[in-house]
Amino acid sequence: MQKWVCTICGYVYDPAEGDPGNGVAAGTKFEDVPESWVCPVCGAGKEDFALEG
Amino acid sequence: MPAIEIKKNIYWVGAIDWNLKDFHGYAVARRGTSYNAYLVLDDKITLFDTVNEKFKWDLYHQVRSLVRLEDIDYIVVNHVELDHSGALPFMVDKIKPEKIFCSPMGEKSIHGHFHNKDWPLQVVKDGESISLGKRNVAFMETRMLHCPDSMFSYIPEDKLLISSDAFGQNIASQKIFDDQHDLNLLLSEARHYYTNIILPFSPLVQKLLNKVQEAGLEIDMIAPDHGVIWRTHPEKILEGYAEFAAQTLKPKAVLVYDTMWGSTQKMVKAVADALTEEGIDIRVMSLKSFHHSDVMGEFSDAAALVCASPTHNNSMLPLMSDFLTYMKGLKPKNRLGAALGSYGWSGEAPGAMAKVLEEAGFELPEKPLRSQFVPAHEQLTQCKEMGRNLASAIKAKTQA
Repeated sequence: MQKWVCTICGYVYDPAEGDPGNGVAAGTKFEDVPESWVCPVCGAGKEDFALEG
Repeated sequence: MPAIEIKKNIYWVGAIDWNLKDFHGYAVARRGTSYNAYLVLDDKITLFDTVNEKFKWDLYHQVRSLVRLEDIDYIVVNHVELDHSGALPFMVDKIKPEKIFCSPMGEKSIHGHFHNKDWPLQVVKDGESISLGKRNVAFMETRMLHCPDSMFSYIPEDKLLISSDAFGQNIASQKIFDDQHDLNLLLSEARHYYTNIILPFSPLVQKLLNKVQEAGLEIDMIAPDHGVIWRTHPEKILEGYAEFAAQTLKPKAVLVYDTMWGSTQKMVKAVADALTEEGIDIRVMSLKSFHHSDVMGEFSDAAALVCASPTHNNSMLPLMSDFLTYMKGLKPKNRLGAALGSYGWSGEAPGAMAKVLEEAGFELPEKPLRSQFVPAHEQLTQCKEMGRNLASAIKAKTQA
């Protein structure tokens, strides 16, 4: 599963880890993360994330 | 500096750093700066932020002129960076506060900086309010403006927004209000500050400004942590931030360069001449004369950046590497770029600079241009051609 990077602050969303502190279980693909989820570091929306590459 | 009452029973108790040049290790403060802290006298006496550790006694005596330190009940930490929290351990020790309020990310940051797990931290979430007695304080998380821990404190009864680093300027002056200065100078310094610190987070600034508008906050004073307090023109700095964040561009080019024996400088002048002939506003800045933060300040509203460096040991000169690294990190949007330079035998620099510009999202209407040894009239004519073509692209972009 591919990692996604927050283009605002540089946080990396790793599907293997998810974001359990904010209701996203480990193993959740970025595409399946709820639209209401925001970057846990800076609060940016999903639309501000880009595929790591 | 005496404490200054900014609203009934609310005092500026900060410190002025008249001689500061090195701002946070990466920018130049051209006019010094101030570290603003505010003391609210209410049933719960509350200190908002502190100052750089070097100025802890300035803060102490300011506060002491109003109250005994042990009479202070609360400390609010809007931002944990050391120019505002350096004096925090000293003040916590003197005050022994009942509570220290901070954002969720602020709690992590305070532990990471001061390692004092026994402080009476109380985490406040976005939108949460506390009562000081006659007044309330509403907290608004402002992550990445400019750090994860940043937050605003808003006192509705006084229509006062204590805005941490947002809306600040690096200005050292005993005149702490906006109406005591030339407004254009203040907005220019605010833009310079924004470009060097907040620019990468512009999408979040736009969201925050919308949020403030939607919340219908009545604001008649904005008190930032650096520079003057906006008491007469708060709307001007709010409008200014909307403009800075939108990155509205002018038909202007910044030509930034370094040179060894003057050949690259000749090429820059030729490009500058063509841009001028085409009516484009220009700034020509040698990296030996201007700090990278000064160049970025000028680039803030410019549609185009021309980078010029000779090739030295198969690469660009180190000052240009420095500048490009800094510039790229600030993530300017929607810009045009060009790269050129002289060379002796290999000539990699223009291509290397163009690569960085492309990675930073710049559109390069012209191929990188290089000229061997000292440019003759023919090579300078090519430079002028580059300038003319760039001018057309600038006009197309800024008139659209």
